[in-house]
Amino acid sequence: MSRQTASSSRDLAMVAIFAGIVGALGLIPAVTAFGGAVPITAQSLGVMLAGAILGPRRGGLALVVFLVLVAIGLPLLAGGRGGLGVFAGPSIGYLIGFPICAFVIGALTYAVGAPYRLSWGIVANVVGGVVIMNVLGVVGMMLRADLSLDAATTAALVFVPGDAIKAVICALVARGVHAAYPGLLPERRRRSERHDAHA
Amino acid sequence: MTGPIGLYLPGRSVLHRLPAGAKLAALVVAGAGSLFVRTPTQTGIAVAVVLLGYAVARVSPRVIWTSFRPLLWVIVPLTVFQVVVVGWEKAMVIVGVIVALVLLANLVTLTTRTTDLVDVVVRVCEPLRVLGINPERVGLMLNLAIRGVPLMVELAGQVREAQLARGHNVSARAFAVPLIVGALRRADELGDALAARGFDD
Repeated sequence: MSRQTASSSRDLAMVAIFAGIVGALGLIPAVTAFGGAVPITAQSLGVMLAGAILGPRRGGLALVVFLVLVAIGLPLLAGGRGGLGVFAGPSIGYLIGFPICAFVIGALTYAVGAPYRLSWGIVANVVGGVVIMNVLGVVGMMLRADLSLDAATTAALVFVPGDAIKAVICALVARGVHAAYPGLLPERRRRSERHDAHA
Repeated sequence: MTGPIGLYLPGRSVLHRLPAGAKLAALVVAGAGSLFVRTPTQTGIAVAVVLLGYAVARVSPRVIWTSFRPLLWVIVPLTVFQVVVVGWEKAMVIVGVIVALVLLANLVTLTTRTTDLVDVVVRVCEPLRVLGINPERVGLMLNLAIRGVPLMVELAGQVREAQLARGHNVSARAFAVPLIVGALRRADELGDALAARGFDD
């Protein structure tokens, strides 16, 4: 228990810095799939990473902060977009999905805890970052761009292969980060008395 | 990415001087009102009114184009699709409303300082105090995050230089892990600094 008391300031700084990471990933040029409504970006990798590394609360919050930054006019969305205008566009479903996906990925990842398991990490990233993200994206396109379910699904399917690759990359990166920076994931075994005896 | 980031365009027009809160409120009202736009004529009027706003704010057509261009990737395929599926008239309304709202939101962004918008967010968060959310901490977090973007770009440069110096090829994973670990260490330092100044509660 006495190990690294999780201070609220440290959490606050992590949330802020991760919002910055997601923003910085948006500066990487996007590959645009024509005929779809959203470009393929490194940014959704940032969404997955926030959840897989920071966990549900901090990860979800980092994406909320990121969206507020976008809303107040920083051009951080992939492709240099920003400002309130993007929230009026057809990718709104994906945007709302960012914090939700980070939260879900974080919840699944932290439920298993330390040490990070690659296979489970990939499952968590696929459920949160591919399935839920695209379902919300499709709903957004249906509402905002008046597309039918079929048309919106087709538009979203274009991104699924890219997203699946990102889910694997994210798990590999998250494993490396958790190995190099332990203490974020909760211990899998509740009774950590042996640890305390050693320390 | 050095210097101030943001899309704010300095100016002295009426729109620039209007309080940030009022402009955001107007945007919310316009968003709600957009649901009632039904005909191409109404859509045309809406777009024209927004463009009039740009004229009042003395935004050059070049800037309008730059801020609008990223949306073309969405608008062009969407227009083609909607014309085929629902016909000209409905397509004009659907696409026109999106264009008008995006242009209006961009106008607010172009004429309002980022710091003023942060202040509005902090004020909007005031009622959330009941839920245990401290608006000042929200403001602090936003300002830290704004600073976080150039910080990450800087950190990315350092990691890449370090790898090149060791003769590594830059692979995505070998790059991402040290970058994120570096970012987490920065966050630790930042958190300690904040705690030392009494921001912990």
